[in-house]
Amino acid sequence: MHDLTNAFAETFGLLVSLDADLLEIVGLSLWVSGLAVLIAGLIGVPLGALVAIARFPGRWAIVVLLNAMMGLPPVVVGLAVYLLLSRAGPLGPLGILYTPTAMVIAQAILVLPIVAALSRQTIEDMKLEYEDQLRVFGMGPRGMVSTLIWDARYSLMTALLAGFGRAVAEVGAVIIVGGNINHVTRVMTTTIALETSKGNLAFAMALGLVLVTIVTAVNALVFSLRHTATRSAYA
Amino acid sequence: MLDRGNTSVAGRPIADLAFEEARPEVRPVVGQNIRIARDGRLLLDVDELVVSGSGMTVLMGPNGAGKSLLLRCLANLVAPDSGTITWGGCQPDRARAARLGFVFQRPVLLRRSARANIRHALRAAGVSRGEAAERADQALAAARLSHLSRMPARRLSGGEQQRLALARAMALRPECLFLDEPTVNLDPASVAAIEATIIAAGRSGTKVLFVTHDSAQARRIATDILFMHDGQILERGEAARFFDAPGTAAARAFLAGDLVGEPGPEHRVRTA
Repeated sequence: MHDLTNAFAETFGLLVSLDADLLEIVGLSLWVSGLAVLIAGLIGVPLGALVAIARFPGRWAIVVLLNAMMGLPPVVVGLAVYLLLSRAGPLGPLGILYTPTAMVIAQAILVLPIVAALSRQTIEDMKLEYEDQLRVFGMGPRGMVSTLIWDARYSLMTALLAGFGRAVAEVGAVIIVGGNINHVTRVMTTTIALETSKGNLAFAMALGLVLVTIVTAVNALVFSLRHTATRSAYA
Repeated sequence: MLDRGNTSVAGRPIADLAFEEARPEVRPVVGQNIRIARDGRLLLDVDELVVSGSGMTVLMGPNGAGKSLLLRCLANLVAPDSGTITWGGCQPDRARAARLGFVFQRPVLLRRSARANIRHALRAAGVSRGEAAERADQALAAARLSHLSRMPARRLSGGEQQRLALARAMALRPECLFLDEPTVNLDPASVAAIEATIIAAGRSGTKVLFVTHDSAQARRIATDILFMHDGQILERGEAARFFDAPGTAAARAFLAGDLVGEPGPEHRVRTA
């Protein structure tokens, strides 16, 4: 019990003093997950829009696949990316295994189906309402996609934030492809796992608190976005 | 194409002419041998309809007569089971679509400001950024909506939303303006504003095709009438003559406010 009390005190100390190691780890976490969401968004939103708008045989299979992949286990994604990037793998010569780049790739793959599937749903719903009107304007597929993406902007931002929440909180993928190397690929989740197993509870708890705060802040942001959008009837 | 060029340009500043001339014509909108059947029931059965010239044609008839369906077919929003639609003698295409304005019963407004709604439609039709902004402001002023220019369009009242949808359609300077019961559920002031706008449009060279089941409204605005019943156009001609002496029992019953009876056997099971 005494140890635990000490640990809490130490945790508080680390947070208040803005411990350099702590900041580095938090910074890398935000950078890796942020970049991964950016990449997933740049690919996933147009992809979702395309699937929402296009009519082609086998479309339903893609919809089902996207929805199913929303629940991809992070360790499996980590393993797949590991196989790709390992020395014997097809992308081995790039030599990026155990770097933040590898972690960004793994998390982008993890988040991509979430962003694409949510975008598809949002844009398809909106298309039902807009399609006739946009056709009357003489718009082609490209004009429709850009109009729908802009008009769905609040819901799409929500999808991106959901993706970020998932990326920043996962351990499985980043630990496999990043390797949890001190000062190189150590992020919040992997450090919590390591420090807990080493018995360094204070550091683990400090990171845990930061992580929970970030995830809560992201959810608060989602909520306020929704609220803003609803108030101006843009949701 | 009797009045190509003359009427569509009448009363507009010279500066607009180049833009108007560059766009392909949508008139006449012609439907031939249009048939649509669902579940063995013939919903639409129109041998020929030519929408050309200018003025206000009201497409009227009871609910389920096929008025909206015909309008959507002519606007290339619904593909008929058989038959052809042509715009200006050609297959409907995107370049011509912007010359055919369509106002739906429930306005479809984008999740943007009132002004951005009009601007976006103009931009989609290939109008330059600067001109689109200018014409959006003119359209809002003409519709007396300038004070709501920056409001999110979907927060406007029902009447304002429909007036905005009409202003947006008018901003594209359509040759043909199709309206599908645009004033249902609106307050009298909004109805009057919308009727005044489309009557003016019809007089200044636009061809207006207005769907309604409200015969009082048809009397107020129509120059010509198309009377539909059970998927067919039963009567067509001048409004005054139609209201004085409707030629069919269905039209007489409809104008008398009766329920038009069940379709006769000759209409019933003729699948296309």
